[in-house]
Amino acid sequence: MAKATFDQMEYYDPQQIAAVSHRPPAGGWMDTPVEFRPGTWIYPGKAKHLEYLGLPNPRDWAVTDEDWKLPDNWKEIVLKGIRERLDKYRSFKVFMDVCVRCGACADKCHFFIGGGDPKNMPVLRAELLRSVYRNDFTTAGKILGRLAGGRKLTIDVIKEWFYYFFQCTECRRCSVFCPYGIDTAEITMMARELLGLLGIYVNWVIEPVANCFRTGNHLGIQPHGLKDTLEFFAEDIEEATGVKVDIPLNKKGADILFVTPSGDFLADPGTFTCMGYMLLFHELGLNYTWSTYASEGGNFGLFTSAETIKRLNAKLYAEAKRLGVKWILGGECGHMWRVVHQYMDTVNGPADFLEVPRSPITGTVFENARSTKVVHIAEFTADLIKHGKLKLDPSRNDHIRVTFHDSCNPARAMGLFEEPRYILRHVCNNFYEMPENTIREQTFCCGGGAGLGTDENMEMRLRGGMPRGMAVRHVQEKYDVNQLCAICAIDRATLVTVCDFWAPGVKVTGLHELVANAMVFEGENERKLNLRLEPVDELREEAGNA
Amino acid sequence: MKAAVSLIVVLALVVLAYLGTGLGQAGFIFGIVLPYLALAVFLVGFVSRVLGWARSPVPFRIPTTCGQQKSLRWIKHDRLENPFTAWQVIGRMLLEVLFFRSLFRNTRMEMHQGKMTHGPSKWLWLGAIVFHYSMLVVLLRHLRLFTEPVPFFVGWIEAADGFLQIGVPVLYLTSLGLLAGLGYLLLRRLFIAQVRYISLLNDYFPLWLLLGIGSTGFLLRHFVKTDLVSIKSLTLGLISFSPQLPEGVHWLFYAHLLLVCTLFAYFPFSKLMHLGGVFLSPTRNLASNNRAVRHVNPWDYPVKVHTYEEYEDDFRDKMVAAGIPVEKQPQPAAAAEKE
Repeated sequence: MAKATFDQMEYYDPQQIAAVSHRPPAGGWMDTPVEFRPGTWIYPGKAKHLEYLGLPNPRDWAVTDEDWKLPDNWKEIVLKGIRERLDKYRSFKVFMDVCVRCGACADKCHFFIGGGDPKNMPVLRAELLRSVYRNDFTTAGKILGRLAGGRKLTIDVIKEWFYYFFQCTECRRCSVFCPYGIDTAEITMMARELLGLLGIYVNWVIEPVANCFRTGNHLGIQPHGLKDTLEFFAEDIEEATGVKVDIPLNKKGADILFVTPSGDFLADPGTFTCMGYMLLFHELGLNYTWSTYASEGGNFGLFTSAETIKRLNAKLYAEAKRLGVKWILGGECGHMWRVVHQYMDTVNGPADFLEVPRSPITGTVFENARSTKVVHIAEFTADLIKHGKLKLDPSRNDHIRVTFHDSCNPARAMGLFEEPRYILRHVCNNFYEMPENTIREQTFCCGGGAGLGTDENMEMRLRGGMPRGMAVRHVQEKYDVNQLCAICAIDRATLVTVCDFWAPGVKVTGLHELVANAMVFEGENERKLNLRLEPVDELREEAGNA
Repeated sequence: MKAAVSLIVVLALVVLAYLGTGLGQAGFIFGIVLPYLALAVFLVGFVSRVLGWARSPVPFRIPTTCGQQKSLRWIKHDRLENPFTAWQVIGRMLLEVLFFRSLFRNTRMEMHQGKMTHGPSKWLWLGAIVFHYSMLVVLLRHLRLFTEPVPFFVGWIEAADGFLQIGVPVLYLTSLGLLAGLGYLLLRRLFIAQVRYISLLNDYFPLWLLLGIGSTGFLLRHFVKTDLVSIKSLTLGLISFSPQLPEGVHWLFYAHLLLVCTLFAYFPFSKLMHLGGVFLSPTRNLASNNRAVRHVNPWDYPVKVHTYEEYEDDFRDKMVAAGIPVEKQPQPAAAAEKE
């Protein structure tokens, strides 16, 4: 067997990573330059994507190059960028000023817990930027400089920003604990915008952005490809359940536009969740449609800039209007829901051409979404179950002992806690919570959010996934948990690796995969196979023996 | 090093007061000029800082939600941790400002034999609460020096604060609380490696300064026993804008006063502004009702998007071939050309 490389999980040893030290080094942080170790950073954005999007300074370069080919007036651009953002964002201005460095946030960050690098303490991550702010924008800093905690902006500072602001998943766990609510995600977003002004992006973010702009989704699936994908899912669905689902695509006059992250079209186990949606909608006889143009629920603009959020998100309302639907239903995704809940109406509303969402099955009016007109699938399904509209046989999932991972954004930007749990309890008989300080608003990130979930960043992903992985291992040892359910496409992609590494044997699933596997459909077959086309009897036997 | 430098600065201020008023005759400067100056800097600085924050808009409504959202009627909504209305936001802010709600949540990550735990950790919260409330009571007690007649509640506070009836003059609990709280905050900064690593000079300086203020105040009350009547004539003179310099005030009082003036003048330029900032934090002071009530961004501007028409132009042929409905059929001319 070929020896594993730094971008593969097998290259790393859990015991070695778990032996991380949190003792800071002797030298002061301002004098410690960044060291680009393979496995801890992400390849830069390719010129063609920047060009396509009309972003500044497109060029091909490497992180390990001495010269990052920045514009000559890079310093002026950054300082002007900071000034502009201070004037545009109260959050940024207040967060630059009020931190008392109490350190409560330090051991709340999964990257600091798993990596031990002091600059991954949220407070210090913010200080990387704050030190420049103090030096150039505050009276004390201008006079006293370093004595007042100021630091000159140099190329090394830019490189350090790149390294550490792409070691933040914008999960906002630290902001739960901060006595002033300082939100590192907000600071990271500002820093990434500033880097963007110089043409510094990571390819794992900017390629999906370019894809999404052109094809409608991050993965670059073209319209006919999406149709093929969904037809392929329909075949598998028929094999597993005997149910023949139809695939409404770009259908005018549908009641509901359904939008989900494109990860669910491509990669297992997200694909099974996608099949779950298709089965659910079929069984309900819902008049809905997919769209090839608005074929992305996620929005990597959130990891790029406020402007990019708006550019990518615009498709959703535009398509809803073109197709003449009444409202929008959104699938299981994490950062999509930060955007939908906290940005969408502001950047692209008001959606006055849509109706206040009302479930055509139960008649429930979703008052909480009366302005944005987008409902979360977990809200929709929980309401169905509450009204007894689904025929469920949770014993069909009896071989599954499941735990629930709260995804960062639905947790800390929405507060979507009970809806998925209510569903889970109705479709699974064996549900076990992870320890209380690792769930709900205190949930730990998968380590791969905000555009960090790429293989060349493997070491950081495994380190960042450590707190979540250890909590999974805890319930695995205590309750024999064998599946982890997550309502986020990035989770479904990256937690597979995290579980394989930290809690081998635990598989990752989406909520609506479990829903569909427990549902009793009109005209179904004997249901010998689940949506993964695995023989359920054998799985039961295995679980029984375990 | 940073801790030592800031301690030296505070000690130098004390020495300065001694030189100026113990040895020299600069009572006028230390007792009248500096207090007015410091107060002016504080007021102007504080107000302009808060106005500076307020001048920047809040383009997006970004509360950090720490409890169940308001959604379906039968799911219990957590009003204080995930507020939906203005009143609920006020409730959340009161918890934050009066009880340090977020800090109370603090946990401590520990590893034991390869197992990770995140147990509760309340010491920082306790230290912060003890210090801040002691500080508040000490400030209120000082009203005795600035009012004539003294408001009724000041007597109540003093009675409650001194209920142990130890010593003459009676020992106040908050005098000890203030010093103990500050001492804890300083010690953790010095001895917890991570906190020491992130600490700046501007983190140690206010702690030493407040410790200096607290301990000189303590000495003045219990040991030096300076003449209260003359001090009150100075303070009343100051606030009625007819300042007079009394005779026979101990130099340590001027040291105390100089440190207080330093604190006031330093305040608006420092992290101590968290006093005002906590009220303006957008992750705490906004309702998480984004999908129900539209939030408007005052600087919103149009952006370049990829319209459906452009998209269809890119993919029309493929869409038609796959049987996906289109708005515009492919150009027959183009189709003919291909043939």
